[in-house]
Amino acid sequence: MHLPISDKIELNILHQNSHQAEKNKVKFNNYNLLCLNIMSSPGAGKTRLLEITLEDLSKEFQSAVLEGDMTTNLDAARLEKLNIPVVPITTGRACHLDANMVSGGLKLLEKKINPDSLDILLVENVGNLVCPAEFEIGEHFKVALLSITEGEDKPLKYPIMFREADLILITKVDLLPHLNFDINELKSNIASTNPKADVIEISSITKSGFVLWQDWISKKILKFKNK
Amino acid sequence: MTKCLILSLEEWAEKKNKEKIVVEKINLKIGEFTCVEPISLINTFNAAVLGSWLDSSEITIETIPFEGKCSQCNRSYFPKKENGYKSPCCNFNLEEIISGRELKIASIDFKEK
Repeated sequence: MHLPISDKIELNILHQNSHQAEKNKVKFNNYNLLCLNIMSSPGAGKTRLLEITLEDLSKEFQSAVLEGDMTTNLDAARLEKLNIPVVPITTGRACHLDANMVSGGLKLLEKKINPDSLDILLVENVGNLVCPAEFEIGEHFKVALLSITEGEDKPLKYPIMFREADLILITKVDLLPHLNFDINELKSNIASTNPKADVIEISSITKSGFVLWQDWISKKILKFKNK
Repeated sequence: MTKCLILSLEEWAEKKNKEKIVVEKINLKIGEFTCVEPISLINTFNAAVLGSWLDSSEITIETIPFEGKCSQCNRSYFPKKENGYKSPCCNFNLEEIISGRELKIASIDFKEK
């Protein structure tokens, strides 16, 4: 045996994922396809949000979904009823989507439709407020959902998710009259963690906030297409 | 995260001729403002590499403090959850992060067989 050698590499642990995410982004850009990474805890309303959003969005833009789920295709089956291309990505024991999984999903999507014909790809991540925040997938924007039943303190408890988000959707606001919940405290906690994030209050029951959310998406698509 | 770490080490070792080296220490720098709990990373790594070429290696972790910069007075500070990550000097929201987001393999100590 020789003497020990110290190799100072200063390498990001996630560099392989980051590298693949960059490749995904190049592909999205070449297809002129805006990609949103939709994240939240389980049950915050991601799939319902997409169901309602896609009904209206599809009138103006061509959309597709990559649907991340740990064990079932239940959410993908719900979205397929909207007659848009949906690719389920079952992660097994993994609690988040990574760039390789999304790359695989994109290849399956390419078999269903020419992505050149699409305007927006919505990627529904696995329900989890921790790991998805660290794993880039090549998205252009990150959207985090937070339902008011989760409590005002979640941006402080899971700061990386809310720090990384470009837009935070406060969901289930129709329940406000029934809960002891301080929405101003939640907004203050969001602002202290991520002062730059856009915030929209939304309800899938009353549809309040959907005009703002759809407007946010439309502007992002048009700006991206005209870049 | 453990899988990503092992994949990075595999990639590094391929360049070194994996069969001819023994990794002794993997020295990581992990920021406090990441999704990684150091002890969990060590435990899962030790379990994952059992019986593999990394079996005899050890992980050391240098924790990098979570440090922000007050956008009002430009002073650096250590954001605290209890204070909503705001600057204690001016009570400003967390705008700039100076450190704490690191997820790095700083160095690898190894011997040639």
